[in-house]
Amino acid sequence: MAPIVSIRNLTKSYASGFKALKGVDLDIEQGEILALLGPNGAGKTTMISIICGIVTPSDGTVTVGGHDILTDYRKTRSIIGLVPQELTLDAFETVYNTVAFSRGLHGCAPNPALIERILKDLSLYDKKDTMLRHLSGGMRRRVLIAKALSYEPKVLFLDEPTAGVDVSLRKDMWQLVERLRANGVTIILTTHYIEEAEEIADRIGVINHGRILLVEDKKALMAKLGRKQMTVELAEPITAVPDALSPYGLTLSDEGTRLTYEFDSSGERTGISSLLSALSQCGLRVKDISTEQSSLEDIFVELVGEGK
Amino acid sequence: MNFEAIKSIYAFEMARTRRTMLQSIVSPVITTSLYFIVFGAAIGSRMQEVNGVSYGAFIAPGLIMLTLLNQCIGNGSFGIYFPKFTGTIYELLSSPISMIEIVIGYVGAAATKGLIVGTIILVTAAFFVDISIKHPFMMVLFFVLTAVSFSLFGFMIGIWAKDFEQLNLFPMLIVPPLVFLGGSFYSIDMLPPFWQTVSHFNPVLYLVSGFRWSFYEIADVNPVVSLLTVLGFLVVCLSITAWIFKTGYKLKN
Ligand SMILES: Nc1ncnc2c1ncn2[C@@H]1O[C@H](COP(=O)(O)OP(=O)(O)O)[C@@H](O)[C@H]1O
Ligand SMILES: [Mg+2]
Repeated sequence: MAPIVSIRNLTKSYASGFKALKGVDLDIEQGEILALLGPNGAGKTTMISIICGIVTPSDGTVTVGGHDILTDYRKTRSIIGLVPQELTLDAFETVYNTVAFSRGLHGCAPNPALIERILKDLSLYDKKDTMLRHLSGGMRRRVLIAKALSYEPKVLFLDEPTAGVDVSLRKDMWQLVERLRANGVTIILTTHYIEEAEEIADRIGVINHGRILLVEDKKALMAKLGRKQMTVELAEPITAVPDALSPYGLTLSDEGTRLTYEFDSSGERTGISSLLSALSQCGLRVKDISTEQSSLEDIFVELVGEGK
Repeated sequence: MNFEAIKSIYAFEMARTRRTMLQSIVSPVITTSLYFIVFGAAIGSRMQEVNGVSYGAFIAPGLIMLTLLNQCIGNGSFGIYFPKFTGTIYELLSSPISMIEIVIGYVGAAATKGLIVGTIILVTAAFFVDISIKHPFMMVLFFVLTAVSFSLFGFMIGIWAKDFEQLNLFPMLIVPPLVFLGGSFYSIDMLPPFWQTVSHFNPVLYLVSGFRWSFYEIADVNPVVSLLTVLGFLVVCLSITAWIFKTGYKLKN
């Protein structure tokens, strides 16, 4: 199936001359949840803003649902929902009206039943006549989500949806994301929290300094780049790593009772069995062994470090 | 055409007007009543008639224009400036709407409000002085064209303005002198010849003169010239607006 969003050589130089995007290529598949992971200033918001029509690209093309975002903007913007990073809302508008307004702007006839359901799903219904300026940050985030869902988009962009959000909203949000995905909605979310990407994404793209460093299936990414760590607990402490073990690059810790070995779990040879026999040859008695998969965080730090 | 979007923007703007009823409607009515009491009743009674029209009645069209210009520029500029200021403009930019729809929504609402306030002023004026409208069709035409073109002018100011000071520059500093020196309160042939010549460079003179002609058939300039001036101004505003949207001037990075 053709990708629902297709980005080619997307480039953005702001008026200041700053290059926020340096030729991004990315395909987003229909129905997937893609997490764009990158530190502040990586270019995530710039990329989303271009796709949605808020920022003009300097170069490159984007199609959404097969339509060009510039020449066919009516078609692309009708199927795109955006929950922006900033909590920008009209202070003097009521919750219900602002959600209905979004629906109207997207050319949809009024549908009070749908809006009622969306407000209920987001626990906003009892606040429907409240003015937006009386709402807390978390509530505002819910309103922004309700606005984006009011016209039933096929592609939903969530720009740092959990920044400054409490636990309950976070939980609600992931449930909602799952429900939307079940209905075939494609979801792109940006975050700089790795756990978030790890928790809900199907695929993860890592972006830094205006470049996509990699896009990978989450599981494949973990397996491919996942360094594993083996920790060996020794029965008796040692003062130094014996010379015979130096090829393994071990580190000694916990007052000489713990050896740590890092290996690539996807490599041909992990080196575990040879290490274990080398240990016994050195006369070291092993009390316990454990292995640990490194988290996305480690992968991320590694990649972002390389990107510099 | 995305009619739902136009409806939404228009309704949103009109709702804002209702929320600020006191400021938007009551205050211009009070201000204008004060003008009529001072210039119409108090001072006007000691003034001679201008071309056969009592002074109070003579100034009514100019006062309506003054209010109309202020209302239209103020509403037209604020309507688009406010989303820019709060950041909610993101929604307009990411919606499947064209420049034409945005303009129709905002300018339509600003003009509607201007016309409502203008009509209320006209009715208020009728309580104080004898108003007659000799050319009702032309009167409505001037009224509507002025409302639309100055709402559009306001819209452009709203897009151009970087802060509230710039936003208020036109309604507070530029429009009043143009209106006061544009023959709202006198016929320009009361002026010395030099100032008559200067006055002809003031576009508001043509507006007020044409509008007053549709009431009393007295004019400082030919009413056809007045009409062409308004139409010309409308075309200029439309062209600049089209250019703004084509280039994304100040709206998009
Ligand atoms: N309007 C702008 N003018 C100039 N530079 C900008 C503008 N907006 C963003 N930038 C810069 O572009 C870079 C990317 O920003 P952004 O896309 O917001 O990153 P992210 O969302 O990943 O944190 C940042 O360095 C930011 O300072
Ligand atoms: Mg961002």
